[in-house]
Amino acid sequence: MPSPRRTASPPGEPRRIAYLYLLPGFAVYAAFLLYPLLRSVQLSLYDWDGLTLGRWVGLANYREIISDVGLRAAFGHALVLMVFFAVVPVCVGLLLASVLNRAKVRGLAFFRTVVFLPQVVAMVVVAVAWRRIYGPDGSLNDLLRAIGLDSLARGWLGDYALALPAVGFVGTWFETGLVTVLLLAGMGRINGSLYEAARLDGAGPVREFLAVTLPSVRGEIAVASTLTVIAALRTFDLVYVTTSGGPGNSTSVPSYEVYHRAFELGRVGSAAAIGVTLTLVILAISLVINRIGDRETTR
Amino acid sequence: MISRAEKSANYVILLAFAAFALAPILTVVQSAFGPADAGESSGFGNFAEAWRIGHFGTYLRMSLSVSVFVVVVSVVLSILAGFAFGTMRFRGSGPLFYVFLLGIMMPSEAIVVPLYFDLRTLGLTDTFWAVVLPQVAQSVAFGTFWMRAYFRAGSRDIVEAGRLDGASTRRILWQLLVPLARPAIVTMTVLVFMWTWNEFLIPLVMVTDENLRTAPLGLAFFQGQYSQGFTLLAAGAVIVATPVVVLYLFLQRHFIAGMLEGAVRE
Repeated sequence: MPSPRRTASPPGEPRRIAYLYLLPGFAVYAAFLLYPLLRSVQLSLYDWDGLTLGRWVGLANYREIISDVGLRAAFGHALVLMVFFAVVPVCVGLLLASVLNRAKVRGLAFFRTVVFLPQVVAMVVVAVAWRRIYGPDGSLNDLLRAIGLDSLARGWLGDYALALPAVGFVGTWFETGLVTVLLLAGMGRINGSLYEAARLDGAGPVREFLAVTLPSVRGEIAVASTLTVIAALRTFDLVYVTTSGGPGNSTSVPSYEVYHRAFELGRVGSAAAIGVTLTLVILAISLVINRIGDRETTR
Repeated sequence: MISRAEKSANYVILLAFAAFALAPILTVVQSAFGPADAGESSGFGNFAEAWRIGHFGTYLRMSLSVSVFVVVVSVVLSILAGFAFGTMRFRGSGPLFYVFLLGIMMPSEAIVVPLYFDLRTLGLTDTFWAVVLPQVAQSVAFGTFWMRAYFRAGSRDIVEAGRLDGASTRRILWQLLVPLARPAIVTMTVLVFMWTWNEFLIPLVMVTDENLRTAPLGLAFFQGQYSQGFTLLAAGAVIVATPVVVLYLFLQRHFIAGMLEGAVRE
């Protein structure tokens, strides 16, 4: 029989029944996320084709990430994607949000619904749409021909130099709405008297932006950067459907390499090492960005 | 303060940005209603044709079962775990919570490789379970984080009052807290539904049987196999995207608030 003290104890008192409530969720979580993560670390230390007996190779798979030209390129491509997924949307979003925040225009709610829409459409659908747009007879080329720039028309995703920026631009399209909505929400919370004070000091729109708006939304910028940088690092569906890493390996990215190596090349150990590295990079980036965000906002 | 010119400039920016966001989506919708590739159907007929050729009926049924299972199970498990983290004090709660947080950050790419080979050893690949259970785990990580934050914020007095009335812990959770937490639970439900419906990598790796393909996976295969034109592919894309988009149009506040506040898992 439970002691009367425990049944009557208010929240905040130690309660052993908590473990019972945690158990089912934790069991699924441990079996299907934690255990596989540990197995991933273990597999990454082996050379294994997925069928025969694996061979212990220590850290060789990790060394390969640094020494192998193709893998280095894949991580380099991820950096390029970060510019398109994170840097451009945050800059454009800041500009758009601050302009829109200055004048309270009507129809902002409708606008928000529309620019947020790409976020809820399956990435595979997005990829199908953009593959069509970039195609040799797609709407981008139609547009170029219509304005007399026929010489620029091409199969964008088949071009060695332009395929990666083309994929990256899809990320810009995808993330800008999210970032703008996030920043608009942050700017909406800024105290109006700060702007009045700045205007009394004779500040123009630019000074106002630098002195009032920008410092006030640092937290939102940190969140937006974390989200979009991680999205750039986790780009798999988009690359798989639009280019499969090609032409050559000009659009291969780490998450695509994980799939390609494990399930197409039979290099399971190497794939696991890339997966583990990717996880560490994502953890490190979110820690660093949130540190910076925390230090600069006093909330 | 704000001049007329600036105001109209703002409307121009709003419209241009909205057009930019919508254009690729409208391209697909427009193509889906366009003349058929083989010239047999058009308009709504394209959807019927794509449905037939692309087997989207099978895929949507699978996606629906997967999403409903993942949503129901992970919402229940998250409420239980979030309740423990949010209202109770117990040894190890801090470290345990960080373990759950790790799951929010962890990309599917890190777990899908060992999961595939271990489930293959157990003979579980190419089953419904191989598709849903890893996604339940991912959603429980997010859901626990989400419900903990909710229960921490304002449940203390309610729990205390319930306890004084002699209610059991179970009754406090299900009859006092859960009804009040409905908005938070709805948000979690729509987010988990969207993530599960749109998930691509896990079903791609776990399933080769055509009858177990989810809608996005089916669309990707349809694109690979069907090369006669774009109309039916576009119709298929619209079919795959519609359920989540419709849900979004009705519950957009939940979608936007959830993705901005629970902004950790993408």
